[in-house]
Amino acid sequence: MSDQPEKRSDDGVNITIDGRQFTARKGELLIAAAERAGTYIPHFCYHSRMSPVGMCRMCLVEVDSGRGPGLQPSCMVPVSEGMVVDTESETTKRAQEGILELLLINHPLDCPVCDKGGECPLQDQAVAYGPGESRFVEEKRHYEKPIPVSDLVNLDRERCILCDRCTRFAREVAGDPLISFTERGNRTQVQTFPDDPFSSYFSGNTVQICPVGALTASPYRFRARPWDLDQVESTCTTCAVGCRTAVQSSGDQIVRRLGVDIDPVNHGWLCDRGRFDYESARSPERVTSPLMRGGADSEPVEATWPAAMAAAASALRDAIEAHGASSVAVLGGARLTNEDAYAWAKLARGVIGTDNVDCQLADGLSAEMLLTLPRATIDETCSADTIITLGVDPKEELPVLYLRLRHAVVEDKVAMVEFSPVETSLSPHCLSVRHLPGALAESVAEYLATDGGSAGSGSVVVVVGRGSLAGSGGDVEAAVARIREALPHATFLPALRRGNVMGALQMGLSPGILPGARALSSLDPPGGDPSGSDPTTPIEPGLDAAGILNAAAAGRIAVLILLGADPLADVPDRDLAERALAGSGTVVAIDTHLTASARRAHIVLPAAGPGEKSGTTTNLEGRVSRLGPKVTPPGTARPDWMIAAELADRLGTDLGFADSRQIWAEISAEVPMFSDCPVDRIESPEAQDGILCVPGDEGGLQWDPPADVASPPVDAYALRLVSSRRLYDRATMTANSPSLAGLADESRVRLNPRELDRLGIVEGDRLALVSPRKRIIAAVSADDRIPRGVVSMAFNAPGPAASELIELGALVTEVRVETL
Amino acid sequence: MTDHFTPANLDLAHEIIDRYPVKRSAMIPLLHLAQEQDGWVTEDAMRQIAELVGVTPAEVLGTCSFYEMFKRRPVGRFLINICGTLSCQLMGAGELIHHAERKLGITSGDTTPDGLFTLAVAECQAACTEAPCLQVNYRHRYRVTPEDFDILVDELRSEADRGEGPDPGNPDAGGVPRHGVLSLSRQHIPAERAAGPSSPTSDQGPPAWMPPPDAEEQK
Ligand code: SF4
Ligand code: SF4
Ligand code: FES
Ligand code: FES
Repeated sequence: MSDQPEKRSDDGVNITIDGRQFTARKGELLIAAAERAGTYIPHFCYHSRMSPVGMCRMCLVEVDSGRGPGLQPSCMVPVSEGMVVDTESETTKRAQEGILELLLINHPLDCPVCDKGGECPLQDQAVAYGPGESRFVEEKRHYEKPIPVSDLVNLDRERCILCDRCTRFAREVAGDPLISFTERGNRTQVQTFPDDPFSSYFSGNTVQICPVGALTASPYRFRARPWDLDQVESTCTTCAVGCRTAVQSSGDQIVRRLGVDIDPVNHGWLCDRGRFDYESARSPERVTSPLMRGGADSEPVEATWPAAMAAAASALRDAIEAHGASSVAVLGGARLTNEDAYAWAKLARGVIGTDNVDCQLADGLSAEMLLTLPRATIDETCSADTIITLGVDPKEELPVLYLRLRHAVVEDKVAMVEFSPVETSLSPHCLSVRHLPGALAESVAEYLATDGGSAGSGSVVVVVGRGSLAGSGGDVEAAVARIREALPHATFLPALRRGNVMGALQMGLSPGILPGARALSSLDPPGGDPSGSDPTTPIEPGLDAAGILNAAAAGRIAVLILLGADPLADVPDRDLAERALAGSGTVVAIDTHLTASARRAHIVLPAAGPGEKSGTTTNLEGRVSRLGPKVTPPGTARPDWMIAAELADRLGTDLGFADSRQIWAEISAEVPMFSDCPVDRIESPEAQDGILCVPGDEGGLQWDPPADVASPPVDAYALRLVSSRRLYDRATMTANSPSLAGLADESRVRLNPRELDRLGIVEGDRLALVSPRKRIIAAVSADDRIPRGVVSMAFNAPGPAASELIELGALVTEVRVETL
Repeated sequence: MTDHFTPANLDLAHEIIDRYPVKRSAMIPLLHLAQEQDGWVTEDAMRQIAELVGVTPAEVLGTCSFYEMFKRRPVGRFLINICGTLSCQLMGAGELIHHAERKLGITSGDTTPDGLFTLAVAECQAACTEAPCLQVNYRHRYRVTPEDFDILVDELRSEADRGEGPDPGNPDAGGVPRHGVLSLSRQHIPAERAAGPSSPTSDQGPPAWMPPPDAEEQK
């Protein structure tokens, strides 16, 4: 080997594929190198995002590594110097024909009734590389036609070619090995354990990667044929990960979403919530025309746009005249596109003149903190020397981020330290530090003072979110401050759940912060409008969500605009949300669905939803990507920016744009943070991966960490509440998607089994939880992931609402448990 | 928590798990233990094994169903496998199978109503020179004639009637152990020779049982 050192280059391996030279990467698999060299090698089991297994043998090619040519599976062979590969030789062709004949022996060839027909690798490759006929005349295997392996996925075992993609995905990528090959031998088949379904949050991916029609998704089954589908690329806005998707429609209805593989974010994967919640677009709860309510108790009735807009505008005018612009407040905005959010920020500050805007519903974290922390990308997080997570369970809140983190920790052995009051999905894979709810900052400080010092040497990325809604975000913020002191080089990945929350923040939908993360106080002259349209911009920072809700409850908000916000569901204080809605003069809800809060509104304006509008969105990293409009909004629903523009018009100001493209043009022209991101760049192919737009410090924005608050002493007679969101809950789109709605578990009181013993109750018994706010009754479950002294209840789950117990702003929620 | 193993077997299960650096490696030995306890591998046993070794029940099922000798349906106390492969066929296996079915009153694959015998036709048992042959709970019987078969069945029946037969606790009792009993002697690895729960991927040192190099010199 060492006699030919001159042939080796440090960075590449020279190989010859079908007579052409190619420099492959060291350690690269032959099939991947060939693909990059432009030579497609047919395959079924190989998948670039999973480890190779060599199951199907379709990728056999003739390889000569110096000992003469021989057939080798190119998905299992790493390139080596001087390798000569022939993918078109007679021997290769005979092998391919043989493998296809073999694979088709048991294949039912029921293509005419198969969902995969038309986009099926087996079909395609049988045509391109198959022998054209079979010598097999015997009876094929027969199985019961599709059996459900989960609520969402069906398995037709006759069609399965045993490629191990679905089972490998479940094991390697999702970490939910609930399907497995069973009955090895002639009857090998994919199976779940009896009564233990494939209830993975990621099950839909197996349908997408199955190279035949063996796995089909219930929501799409028999809905369309591939050749009837029309497709556009977009970004999922169901959560803030921002997975790249292909949105497919037939007859002006979205019928399927597929994952698109982009390196920086989702690697081709989607979670089932993001994959299937397009169903909500056609839900009966969808608002398709404006609604107006006469009196407090009357039902909302359909109205025309002019009537509804006139009513909204006059409510705004009256409020401004009678009580000043600060009597108007805008809550929400994370459902919006960047352009929508910008238009609303401009309307609120520049036309109405209020700074009472907040895209978070007191369920997030300080906007100043989020916008000033040095930001990390997902890639940087996954390749850091140490990852620290504060509170969040990414599997429940940001599923595909969980896949990335899990891969980093499990496969790439990145060190992770997690701080959480209860066990999370990542706990088994990392150093998991338990802390009492409300004592996160103390716990982090203690860790940093002891073991954590060692993390100081390498790169550290902190994944920071709002784990439990039963305590204030101040605890998380204090913990962040501690980390910044001890590890000044640490960077941060904000882990907030709502779709475009980062975009809304960066577009100015939080009090005191102008688009581009600039402090309102930095305006020169004060009150001059950032976008130059109107000098009504207030000088003093307005109220945040908590302030708005309290002011509304006290009767000081004359017009409350809900921008896709449902405070009754999402504010971690149900009682306050109720009082705020009741206390507001006029409530205007702009939403896709008739949410609980929209039902209370005086005016409801129908908004276009995902897949129905163009524009851009921003994921948690600050990555701006383009959305693909695919279908027309139902009824007369329209994009939120258009509603803002028309309201501005009725208030006597022209916002200055007529489509979302013009809005982006204005954003990139007016907001320094986006100046190197003009429209043509956003529309270029480069933007497929999204363009990172992260605020620098020129905006003069400052974050003052909260003063350390000692966590209150433990009350021996009470338990501390932890309330976090789960993937399937009553979120608007999930609850309105028939395939997903049923997956949300009824909310239960979760307690350590020993706590149950102490109380003398068993699983399923009902308990009363009593907090200073309220007494609620719910069934109990034993859960050994919950430590003693803690009680956990999912947030916004169907059934008794945890938010009834919580008082906004309280550091912790202590509850007493009463047996019934 | 599934509660299927008897307390004694649960202790044994933990002892077995402790033998392996990776818990999951104990899966097959535990499947044997389950089959020994019940005569076959029940779903509950698979569930408990999954919990014990930290995998999903589906993974245990995948492994269990890989092996034909793990039975996932009840079998009789005695599983009689008659070889049906070439040499034995030439030497009268067909007639023997036929006779066995008549003698036991069942077709192969079935179990007698008293739960004593399960009859099966098996592949070559590597005793072709002694054809036709069979196995009772995987113990060979050679050159079996129909008469030998009758005697065998009668013996096994009276052994069962008398409530006799060996069990792991009494290796001297003779006869054919119940189906599922692999061996009459238990392996116990003394603590000082156990590899212990270190990870094979992170532990790069010499095997635990190898004496340290300087120990040799000191002798
Ligand atoms: S079901 Fe599909 S993905 Fe799974 S093994 Fe069979 S062919 Fe492969
Ligand atoms: S992880 Fe988030 S962005 Fe990705 S598919 Fe799921 S909901 Fe959509
Ligand atoms: S793709 Fe190589 S063996 Fe299947
Ligand atoms: S053929 Fe029966 S033992 Fe080999």
